[in-house]
Amino acid sequence: MWDWSPIRDWLSGIITPYWTLPMLLAVQTLMVMICIILTMAFYTLAERKVIGWIQARKGPNRIGGLLIPGLAQPFADVVKLMFKEIIIPADSNGFLFRLAPFLALVPSLAIWAVIPFSPQHAFANIDAGLLYVLALTSMGVYGIILAGWAANSKYAFLGAMRSAAQIVAYEIAMGFAMVGVLMAAGSLNIGDIIQAQAGLFGWNWTWLFPLLVVYFISGVAETNRAPFDVAEGESEIVAGFHVDYSGMAFALFFIAEYVNMILISALTVIFFFGGWLSPFDGWLPEDSWLAAPGFFWFGLKTLFPMFTFLWLRATFPRYRYDQIMRLGWKALIPVTLVWLLVEGFMVYFHVGPWKGHL
Amino acid sequence: MFPTILFFTFAATLIAAALGVILARNPVYSALLLVLCFFNSAVIWLLLDAEFLGIVLVLVYVGAVMVLFLFVVMMLDINLAELRKGLASYWPLAVAIAGFVVFAMINIIVVKHLGGMSMRTAPALAANYSNTRELGTALFTRYAYPAQIAAVILLVASVAAIVLTLRRRTGGKPQNIAQQVAVRAKDRVRIVKMASEKRP
Repeated sequence: MWDWSPIRDWLSGIITPYWTLPMLLAVQTLMVMICIILTMAFYTLAERKVIGWIQARKGPNRIGGLLIPGLAQPFADVVKLMFKEIIIPADSNGFLFRLAPFLALVPSLAIWAVIPFSPQHAFANIDAGLLYVLALTSMGVYGIILAGWAANSKYAFLGAMRSAAQIVAYEIAMGFAMVGVLMAAGSLNIGDIIQAQAGLFGWNWTWLFPLLVVYFISGVAETNRAPFDVAEGESEIVAGFHVDYSGMAFALFFIAEYVNMILISALTVIFFFGGWLSPFDGWLPEDSWLAAPGFFWFGLKTLFPMFTFLWLRATFPRYRYDQIMRLGWKALIPVTLVWLLVEGFMVYFHVGPWKGHL
Repeated sequence: MFPTILFFTFAATLIAAALGVILARNPVYSALLLVLCFFNSAVIWLLLDAEFLGIVLVLVYVGAVMVLFLFVVMMLDINLAELRKGLASYWPLAVAIAGFVVFAMINIIVVKHLGGMSMRTAPALAANYSNTRELGTALFTRYAYPAQIAAVILLVASVAAIVLTLRRRTGGKPQNIAQQVAVRAKDRVRIVKMASEKRP
C-alpha cells in the first residue's frame, strides 16, 4: 500500500533479495514505532500542561529553552527513568515480574499494524481487522494481572484484581459498540469501515451516538484512566499493580497506558468520525485540498479524543468500585443492546444512511 | 517452504506448551502455557487461511476465558502434594480414557472426514473469498437452529450458575440510589428560627 520504492531499492542494493521483504517490514515497523513513541512522549507533557492550565497553574516549565518552556520535559523523564535501578522484590516471581511489562506493551503496539493512517498508508489491510483490534485490546490485561501477581504484594494484587474485573466487564460493552459499527459498514475491514462513512453527514457518530458514548467510556475504563483508575488508586493501594516496579520497568507500563490512550482515540475517530475522511467531504468541490482525505485529517481528529482523556482526568473524581461495575453491566451494556436493535430496524427498513444498504 | 517451516515451528511449540500445561508445578504457569497453546493453534488456523476462527480463538479464549481462569488460579492456595496423592491408583484409568478420546478423534476427524492420513495442502481460495462472510452465511442459514439451541443452552447455564451461587449477605448497608436522588432539603434540614440574644 505504502510507496516504499526508494527504501526498497536502497535495501535491495545492500542485502540479498530474500531478505528485502523482512528488512522492509522491519524498517516500516521501526518508523511507525518511533512516531508513536514520540507522540506518547509529548502526550505525557501535554497531559501535565493541560491539567496544569485547568487547575490554574503552569505545569512543567523548566526544561526546553525559552521559546516553549517545558518542551524537553519528556526527554528529561526518560533520562531519569533510564538511570534508575530496577528493583526486583526478593519474594517475587522473577520471571513473570520481568515478563509482565512486555506483555502490557506489546499488544498496545501490535494493534497499530491494522490502523490506516491515510487512504494509502497502513501496514496490513486484513479482512477481519476489527476482530484483530478487539482481540489484541483484550490482551493488554495479562501484563497487568501478571504484574500484580508476580510482585507478591497485597496492594499490587488488589490492583490487578480490580483491573481484570473492570477490563473484562467493559470489553463486552466495547465489543457491542464495535458490532454496531460493523453493522453500519457491513464489513470487518477497517478501510471499508472508514470508506462507508463518506459523504455529507455520513460519519457514524450521528446515527450511532449512543454507541460512540459507550465506546469512549469503555475505552477510558479499558485503559485504566481516571475516573476509572481504581486499579492504580493511589489513595488506597499506593499505585496498584505497578507499585513494585521502578525505572524502565515502570516506564514500560506507563508507555503502554499512553499508547493505549492514543490508540483508543484513533479507533474512536476511525469508527465514529470517519478516520482519514475530510470533514468538508461533500461540502466543498471534490478537487479542493480541504476535501481531500489524508493523514492530516486523521491526526487532527485524533487530537480531540486525546484531549478529552486529559479533560476527563482533570474534571471527574474517581468512581467507587461498585459504581464502576454497575455502570458497566447495568448501564452501558443495555444501552448498546437497545441501540443495536434500533440500528437493526434502521438497516432493515432502509432508514437514514442505510438507504442503499444491502 | 516458508509456510511449512512456520507450521512445524508453531506445531512444535503448541505440543511443548500443551505438555507444559499438565507438567508445570505452578498452576499460574499452567494457565499461561495454556494461553500459549491457544495462540499457537490460532496461528496454525491463520496458516490455513481460517483467519476468522484464529482471531476469534484469541479473542474469546485468550482475551476473556483465560483471564478469568488466571483470576481464579491466582487466588487459590493449591497444595500440590495433596492433589498428587491418588495419582498412582488413578493413572491406568486416566490413560485408558485419554487413549479412547484420542482414538475417537482420529477416527472421526482423520478417517471419516479427511479420508486417511496424508500430507495435503489446503485448497487455494478465490481472491475475494471472505472467511467471515462464509462462516456467517453457514451459521445463519444451514446451522441456524443448532446455533440458536446452543445459545439457549448457554443462557440457561449462565442463569443456573447465577442462581446456584447468588447469596445475599444479610446486614449489608447498600445505598438506595433512587431514595438518595429523591431526597428533599426539608426532609433533612430543619430550619429553626431563634431570636438573637441581647448583649447583657
